This record gives sequence, structure tokens and C-alpha cells, in this order.
Amino acid sequence: MLELRDVSYHVDDGSKKEILNHINLKIEDRFTAITGPNGGGKSTLAKMIAGIIQPTEGQILMDGEDITNMSITDRAKLGISFAFQQPVRFKGITVFDLIRLASGKNVSIEDACQYLSEVGLCAREYIKREVNGSLSGGELKRIEIATVMARGTKLSVFDEPEAGIDLWSFNNLIQVFEQMHEKTNGSIVIISHQERILDIADKIVVIANGSVSKVGKKEDILPELLNGSMNCRHKAGGCIHG
Amino acid sequence: MDEIQKNLLLQVADLHEVPEGAYNIRSDGESAGRRTTENIDIITKTDKPGIDIIIKPGTKKESLHIPVILAKAGLKEIVYNDFHIGDDCDVTIISGCGIHNCGEQDSQHDGIHSFYIGKNSKVRYVEKHYGEGDGKGHRILNPQTIIELDENSHMEMESVQIKGVDSTVRETRATLAAGASLVTKEKIMTHGTQTAETKFYIDMNGEGSSATVSSRSVAKGESVQIFYSEMNGNNQCTGHSECDAIIMDQAKVKAIPVVTANHVDASLIHEAAIGKIAGEQLIKLMTLGLTEAEAEEQIVNGFLK
Ligand SMILES: Nc1ncnc2c1ncn2[C@@H]1O[C@H](COP(=O)(O)OP(=O)(O)O)[C@@H](O)[C@H]1O
Ligand SMILES: [Mg+2]
Repeated sequence: MLELRDVSYHVDDGSKKEILNHINLKIEDRFTAITGPNGGGKSTLAKMIAGIIQPTEGQILMDGEDITNMSITDRAKLGISFAFQQPVRFKGITVFDLIRLASGKNVSIEDACQYLSEVGLCAREYIKREVNGSLSGGELKRIEIATVMARGTKLSVFDEPEAGIDLWSFNNLIQVFEQMHEKTNGSIVIISHQERILDIADKIVVIANGSVSKVGKKEDILPELLNGSMNCRHKAGGCIHG
Repeated sequence: MDEIQKNLLLQVADLHEVPEGAYNIRSDGESAGRRTTENIDIITKTDKPGIDIIIKPGTKKESLHIPVILAKAGLKEIVYNDFHIGDDCDVTIISGCGIHNCGEQDSQHDGIHSFYIGKNSKVRYVEKHYGEGDGKGHRILNPQTIIELDENSHMEMESVQIKGVDSTVRETRATLAAGASLVTKEKIMTHGTQTAETKFYIDMNGEGSSATVSSRSVAKGESVQIFYSEMNGNNQCTGHSECDAIIMDQAKVKAIPVVTANHVDASLIHEAAIGKIAGEQLIKLMTLGLTEAEAEEQIVNGFLK
């Protein structure tokens, strides 16, 4: 279980900016969805969980252990995975290299292909490709998801996995997360604006203006979100503006 | 051959055994083995050190290995190898130089390779440079490659220098006739106080000729690298040179591109990027459980692969 205790993140770039304010959150369900308006602080929160940025106040605990000052690497080893909102590009590192590094062992080409197939990529075509600008945004996103799946850790955080993914693949992606929900022995956190993804969640957290504005069971929160906000039908399923 | 010599051969030519096809092995300044084939002749020069290689017109799918190894400290040599490749050939040439120096004196091999490539011929040329040994003596390699590409011929040149060469000045000069094309790819890693300088002079003289010069390098420690590329478009042609370098520690990297269009239909591009490893690349690999040092190693290895 991951717990955020009174976590804040302030930056001082000339003018003081309060990006996250006194966040208290327990992530213990199998599937938690985080949603909320753009700029609300969702990605900042996810990076904080992965150890990429440090809170200016508060504590982060994993299974009771204080990991606030733990490095990215140690958190990864402890069982935290993070799929970036904007996947990183490399020169020369192939899709296979990345999946091999993610899994932490010598996976076979077949195993690696399996992860790619699960995210809807025709594996043979991709396995040798370099993870560089020659891949489209949607392809990079799916590879990013595959690396987190290959790790299979206690806690997996996905930052807007659906962004840039086309309609057909989106339906597959929903299935991927549904299966993950069934199979996982750990916890999944997905930052998303998509109704269909929120619908898989056990718990929904709404983050706005750097604070938790709503939190509760999907059954309670989702109808509230759908009624209380404009609900635009776009691509697959609705997208929700906080 | 002893173990040191065998290892050098493995490093520069991936050779465990005597290679297939034609070969000439030069070891400590002497010929250590040669095989010619019906189509590929190798003749020792009489006026200076080196060999003439004569490849008959129409020779297809044949290979030639010409590794050079230096295991004796303090040996300095200049070797001239001339490749006369007939028309309509398709051949692969693997050269390379390995130096083992555990002595006090410098070891140096300067290989001057001239290629005369006939019409419609295709040549793939691979050159690996490697140094080892913990002596104070420096390991120095100054290769020169001179390429004359006749009409519609094509050459692909790959050069790799990843380890152990203290000082290198590499010079590549090429002239291209109509329809000829040249692709050169180099990979360099320097560390410690090594220096590596590469210079390209490309003259695209013929109509429809094209050249790509690409360099990928990593400079670590206090090493210094200089990339110089001069491309002259003297006819309707396309030229592209790119230098992509990762800089680490206190290293220095300099890229000097010169592109000159002497013809209205010459189209020339130069790209140069020098910078340290992107922070987000390190972070991404660290989120997969790698330490910063491990992440760095993976990024560098991938970059130079
Ligand atoms: N290092 C930083 N310096 C200044 N502003 C930042 C920094 N990091 C994030 N922000 C700002 O914090 C807000 C929240 O960003 P983010 O967490 O990416 O939002 P979300 O993912 O919910 O869209 C944004 O207004 C963003 O511009
Ligand atoms: Mg975001």
C-alpha cells in the first residue's frame, strides 16, 4: 500500500507556485483512477511517487516504510513502476532492449513480443526498432505501457496512457487494463480523462488545483463527474473535464 | 600465433579462425598469412611497405580480410594498401588494426588505403580499431582512406574505434563520379586523455552523385575529439553530413562542418549535435531499476551500437 501524508510541492521560479497542497491519499485498491483538469497536478503527483521529484513537505510511505528520500532506482527495485505521459526517446536503444531492461532478466524475443502484442503492436515489426523519433506518439505510448507490464511490480502508475492512441487501439487498450485489473497482484494507478478507463476503476481520485477535490468509490464518484461536468463524446467513450 | 595476437585478431576482424575467401594478415610488420583467390590477387609492393589488391571485374559476393596487428612495443610503421576494384563487382573488405602495447615506447600504425572502384561496383568496407595493454607507451593509429568512385559505383564504409587507442587522426578523402554514392559511418569512443580527430573531404563531381557522412561518438574523461567534414557539391548532387556526440565528464568535442555548393543543383545538409546524456533518458532507465551508472552505460552502448 502506498500512502501520501500531507504532501506538498512548491516551486520558486521567481514567483512562488504551489503545485500540490497537503495531499493525503492511500492507494490500496487494485485499481485507482486519478482524474481532474489539466494543470491540476496529476503528473506532478505521479512523478513524486516514482521519486523523480521530491515533495517540499510531507511523507510518502510504501507498505509502512518511509520512502520520501529514497532514490528513483531504489523505489523501482522496491516495486514502483511508472509509465510516462511523454515517453522518452533514445538513440540506438531498441524496443527489445527496453523490455529486457524493464523485466530485469534475460527475456527471450518471444516473451518480449508477448508484451508488445498485449498492447496491440504487431511484435515482429517492432521488436528491433529503435525507441526514437521514427516511432509515432501512439506507438511510443504503447511501448511505454509494455515496459511497465514487463516489470510486473506491486505498484504501476500510468500517466494518461490513452493519449495519442487511435480509436481501434483504444478499445484494445481498455481490454489490456481490464485484464490487468483481473490479473494483478498489486495496485494499478491510472491518470486518465477517459470515462471508460474510469469505469474500470475501484476508486476514483479527482485532483484539481493541487488538491484532492473528490475521492471515493467509482460507483459514487463517476456518476457525479458525468452529471456535474460537460461530457464530451469524443473518440472512444467520453472524456471528462474535471 | 600467440594468445595476444589471436585476441587482437578477434577484436579487429571477429576472426577466430583463418577467414574464408582472400586474406592478408600483417603481424608486427611482417606478413603472417595470405590467401588469394581466382578473382582477388594480393601482391606485395616492392617500392614501399604494403600490398596491391587487384579484384577482377565482375567479382561478386567475395570477401577480403586484411587485418593488421601490432603486439611488439615501439613498432612504428606506415603501410600502403591499394585496392584496384574492377567494374561490376560486389565485394566486402574487412580491415582493422589492433595494437597491444605493454612497453614504454609508443606503437604506431599508419595505414594508407586507396580504393579505386570501377563502374557499377559495390564495396562494403569495414574498419575496426582497437588498442590494449597497460604500458606507458601510446597506441597510435592514423589511418587515411582515399576513395575514387567511378560512375554508378557505391561504397559503404564503417569505421569503429571503441577502445584503447590513445591518439588517432583519421582522414578520409573521396571523389565521386556521376551516379556514384558513398555512405560512411563512424563510431568513436574516447576516454582518459585520448584524442581522436576525424576529417572528411568529399568531392561530389559527377551528376547525380550522393554522399552521407555520419559520425556518432562518445567522449569521456578528459578526452578530446574533433570532427571535421568538408563536402563540395560540384554538380547536381546530394550531400548529408551529421555528427552526433555525447559528451561526459571533462571531455571536449568540436564539430566543424564545411559545406560548399559549387553548382545550383547541389543540395547539402549538415547536422551537428553535441550534448550530455539527456536527463530524462537516465530517469526513464532508473525507473526500470537501473542505477545511474548502469543507465549511462546502456545509453552509451545503445548509441554506439
Ligand atoms: N518544475 C515546475 N516549475 C513550475 N511549474 C511547474 C513545475 N512542474 C509543474 N508545474 C506546473 O504545475 C502544474 C501542474 O502540472 P502537472 O502535474 O503536469 O498537471 P497535470 O498532469 O494534472 O495536467 C502546471 O500548471 C504546471 O505548469
Ligand atoms: Mg499530466
